[in-house]
Amino acid sequence: MLRNTRVMNRFDLTRRLVAKLKDEAVVGGIGFSNFDLWASSAGRAENFYMLGSMGLAVPIALGVAIAQPRRKVFALEGDGSLLMQLGCLATVAARAPRNLAIVVWDNGVYAITGGQATPAAQAGTDIVAVARGAGIAQSAWASDEAEFEALAEQALAGDGPWLIAARIDAERPAKQTPRDPVLHRQRFMQGMGVREG
Amino acid sequence: MADATTRSWHGIVLDVLRRNEVRLVTYVPDNVLRPLIEGAHADPFFTAFPTAREEEAAGIVCGAWMAGMRGIVLMQTSGFATLPNVLASLACACQIPLLMMVSERGTLGEFNLGQALVCRTMRPVLDALGVEHHTITRLDEAEFIVDRTIRQAVGTQAPACLILSPLLTGGKVAS
Ligand SMILES: Cc1ncc(C[n+]2csc(CCOP(=O)(O)OP(=O)(O)O)c2C)c(N)n1
Repeated sequence: MLRNTRVMNRFDLTRRLVAKLKDEAVVGGIGFSNFDLWASSAGRAENFYMLGSMGLAVPIALGVAIAQPRRKVFALEGDGSLLMQLGCLATVAARAPRNLAIVVWDNGVYAITGGQATPAAQAGTDIVAVARGAGIAQSAWASDEAEFEALAEQALAGDGPWLIAARIDAERPAKQTPRDPVLHRQRFMQGMGVREG
Repeated sequence: MADATTRSWHGIVLDVLRRNEVRLVTYVPDNVLRPLIEGAHADPFFTAFPTAREEEAAGIVCGAWMAGMRGIVLMQTSGFATLPNVLASLACACQIPLLMMVSERGTLGEFNLGQALVCRTMRPVLDALGVEHHTITRLDEAEFIVDRTIRQAVGTQAPACLILSPLLTGGKVAS
């Protein structure tokens, strides 16, 4: 499965995902995951850019999903980050939020810190198999851009939890997210309808 | 309502959480917290569930708060010791009123050296990050401290930590 998947581009896939969204929440994980989210849709108030808490995109997204069960929530997380917090897959499976989708950008490396290989890359760990083993049955590799879009549509239309994994290249994001945590939090709360503004 | 002196510490905590609309309870368990955790599970007002790590529990509560739902993380002292990065980079940096309740191990009769040592890192970490914290030692002060701490955290958008002393809970002793 992993062997037959095309190597895609995170910015391109992020743009394809965002183009399908209306009021869905998106939590971008540390570094390049949120940089490309910013590059693709800086003005979207429903985006949360997680700046420093490596591994927490999925837990934060789960919290949003629990608080607002009628809103779909996407977590965009790097493979190295997810590897740091694998237990959260069991937590997601146990809560089984119908409105949560996890997107994993698998480049096999810690790109932002210099491209060092992750232990999972060295071991050939299959993150989709891990997610299924954790109890997230609807976990799949996107073999190409068309399948990524189809899986995203499925996650938007149907009951989750979902996990979509995509192999991505080494291209660096076009932009960097401004390092202003309070601004991101405030905007996101406005996007979630919790704050006026 | 029963007189404060006849109520249990965990009954008081659950009442104050309800009154302050704190519905989400995430935790990595601890023996002392057992009645509190069981009480939260027993009441449909609460959404209570365990996580694999305390960081996760904190991330979930932060996410929920940004989307309009208040929550609290329950943990043991050793669990708190896994949190400084999340506190600094998420709760403090974003000004999120992350509520934490820590069952204090490592003092007043501890039998495990590791617990005794890690306990000494807790308050220095909270102080270094400027996180408001209070240690509850007396049943008659529990309601006031928990209620006011929650209100201040929400009002000032700052994380806060409530430490449950063995003086309040009885703690855990070697058997
Ligand atoms: C707890 C913690 N450990 C290490 C780091 C340093 N760090 C920041 S981003 C990163 C790599 C993230 O890897 P991944 O999620 O795969 O994303 P990528 O950089 O490949 O896009 C590391 C190791 C950190 N910020 N926090």
